[in-house]
Amino acid sequence: MLQYVIKRLLSTVPVLIGISLLLFFMLRMLPGDPAQVLAGQMATQEDIERIRHQLGLDRPVYVQYVLFLGRLAKFDLGRSARTQNPVIQEVWARLPNTMLLAGVAITLACLFGIPAGIISAVRPYTWLDYLVTSTALFGISMPVFWLGLMLVVIFSVMLQWLPAGGMGSWKHVILPSVTLAAFVVAFIARMTRSTMMETLSQDYTTTARSKGLQESVVIIKHALKNALIPIITVVGLQFGMLLGGAVLTETVFAWPGLGRLIVDSILARDYPVIQGAILIFGLLYILVNLIVDLIYAWVDPRIRYD
Amino acid sequence: MSEQSGPLLTIRGLRTRFHTYEGVVNAVDGLDIEVFRGETLGLVGESGCGKSVTALSILRLLPCPPAEIQGQILFDGTNLLDLDREGIRNIRGGDISMIFQEPMTSLNPVLTIGEQISETLRRHKDMTRREAWRRCVEMLQLVQIPGPKSRSREYPHKLSGGMRQRAMIAMALSCNPKLLLADEPTTALDVTIQAQIMTLMARLKEEFEASIVLITHDLGIIAEMASRVVVMYAGKMVEEAPVKELFKDPRHPYTQGLLGSIPVIGRKFDGGQRLQEIPGIVPNPLEMPLGCRFNPRCPRTMPICHQQEPPVVRLADHRRVSCWLEANKRDD
Ligand SMILES: Nc1ncnc2c1ncn2[C@@H]1O[C@H](COP(=O)(O)OP(=O)(O)OP(=O)(O)O)[C@@H](O)[C@H]1O
Ligand SMILES: [Mg+2]
Repeated sequence: MLQYVIKRLLSTVPVLIGISLLLFFMLRMLPGDPAQVLAGQMATQEDIERIRHQLGLDRPVYVQYVLFLGRLAKFDLGRSARTQNPVIQEVWARLPNTMLLAGVAITLACLFGIPAGIISAVRPYTWLDYLVTSTALFGISMPVFWLGLMLVVIFSVMLQWLPAGGMGSWKHVILPSVTLAAFVVAFIARMTRSTMMETLSQDYTTTARSKGLQESVVIIKHALKNALIPIITVVGLQFGMLLGGAVLTETVFAWPGLGRLIVDSILARDYPVIQGAILIFGLLYILVNLIVDLIYAWVDPRIRYD
Repeated sequence: MSEQSGPLLTIRGLRTRFHTYEGVVNAVDGLDIEVFRGETLGLVGESGCGKSVTALSILRLLPCPPAEIQGQILFDGTNLLDLDREGIRNIRGGDISMIFQEPMTSLNPVLTIGEQISETLRRHKDMTRREAWRRCVEMLQLVQIPGPKSRSREYPHKLSGGMRQRAMIAMALSCNPKLLLADEPTTALDVTIQAQIMTLMARLKEEFEASIVLITHDLGIIAEMASRVVVMYAGKMVEEAPVKELFKDPRHPYTQGLLGSIPVIGRKFDGGQRLQEIPGIVPNPLEMPLGCRFNPRCPRTMPICHQQEPPVVRLADHRRVSCWLEANKRDD
């Protein structure tokens, strides 16, 4: 088990190198000159050259990459070209905000999505099921920014119950996390419905019923436990996505998260921050996947890692 | 006859149909069966004739809709079809329990064997966790699973098919049921394992004084286990007889076909075999033939077989045939 975890962690190294390689060269294909952007409109050609030299951008790309990897091996992600702060610090300042938003959103999504999917599967083709499935379809197809704006219009502008953006009290969390959760809740509900429909029609469910168990026990203990693997997969993947920062939501609600940091850095051609943020996101994503795999083994006795 | 020796289970006019998009499937169509205390009743017939649906109807394990169950299922004097949900749940796994065909899929893969057996015990007997677990280990020992204590903590995937079916039997018998519905309990197993399981069931049936409805394709098993046999065709009973008489003197052409006693080139019945192939196919349940349902495949049809359903002719106690050949004999 421990061995498995270590092996999995080690295997992230080549993946991260792969990501960094792609990222590094793609960034350098972007139009626009970072030195120019940083120096500003009024800068002289000399200023620009100086900044270019400072950033090491005057060397060949492959040299830049090797230097970058060398620093990475020492866990040094460099400094932001814009603020001169260490990249780690920049990312670290935003990460908790994104975690908070993602955590609340995924909790909301599970809290509503899983029960909705179960109800739908237990009473298929009834009005309740149609309500759940059509709401889910709505949730999946609704553009995030539109939903965000609508929520702002209703709850901030018209009712004035909740702030329209920014961070502060728990009230600030509600609208962006609901916006984020909408898609995920719909996705989880649909997944739960289809897997529960399947497990409820399996032989072991009939066996459970043939023993005289209460229907709630049959549904939760026998059917749901078997349906958990695909549900956990979806929850894990969605959580991983949310960690990457929900760019649109964070923009609509002026939420200082990882997604906005990445977008701002791209606009400013702040290469070190972009690279650092995306690498850390990649690492988190891999970690979430590892945790999901470990939960599998806990839920399903047929899965063992040793 | 005293009350005690009356039938344990009396099924009268059982009609189970499924409302599907293609139409109504009459899976069981007017079935009358009696099961006595301590006996093993064999239920045989080709695939799709309604054996499983009959068993599932008794415990009302078919989701309604699409299923619709009519008739009377009297168990110890109570009509199971009149019970409310809680009432039928008290019967399931308690007085009547069921063993299914597929040991590989009928145990829950994410719960331990012990949990699956002891939850049944806790449901029906007033037992604590500890008591139920102890009883479960005893049951596993009774069905001859080696190392019952450690096995009870294992998950089904660690057990072979035969072992799983033993666990199913332990589960089914754990609450001392009066009636055991065994739906092809050995069909999915190797021949040698089949024999072991059957011997085990025969022994435990005596020990627990239970009655068994044994559904099977295997005439050898019927000959060995059952005292009486009901032969079904397309949702109806075609013949009922004590097991010896059925083998010696089958009256319905369908039964004769199953037993292979109709001379067909290159085939001989030599006892203890699976059901023989009968030329032709089982009728489509959505379009049952007019008259006798067996007429398209019957080698001895008469004009009336195509027009009217044959009546059930009582030849003796528990000796019934539904065929125009017998009906006409009677009239002569
Ligand atoms: N849920 C259902 N919906 C529609 N038709 C069904 C359903 N379940 C069973 N049937 C039909 O009822 C008929 C009887 O099926 P049943 O499973 O009882 O056959 P069987 O005698 O047990 O066959 P086998 O030997 O293959 O197990 C078949 O024609 C089948 O297609
Ligand atoms: Mg069957």
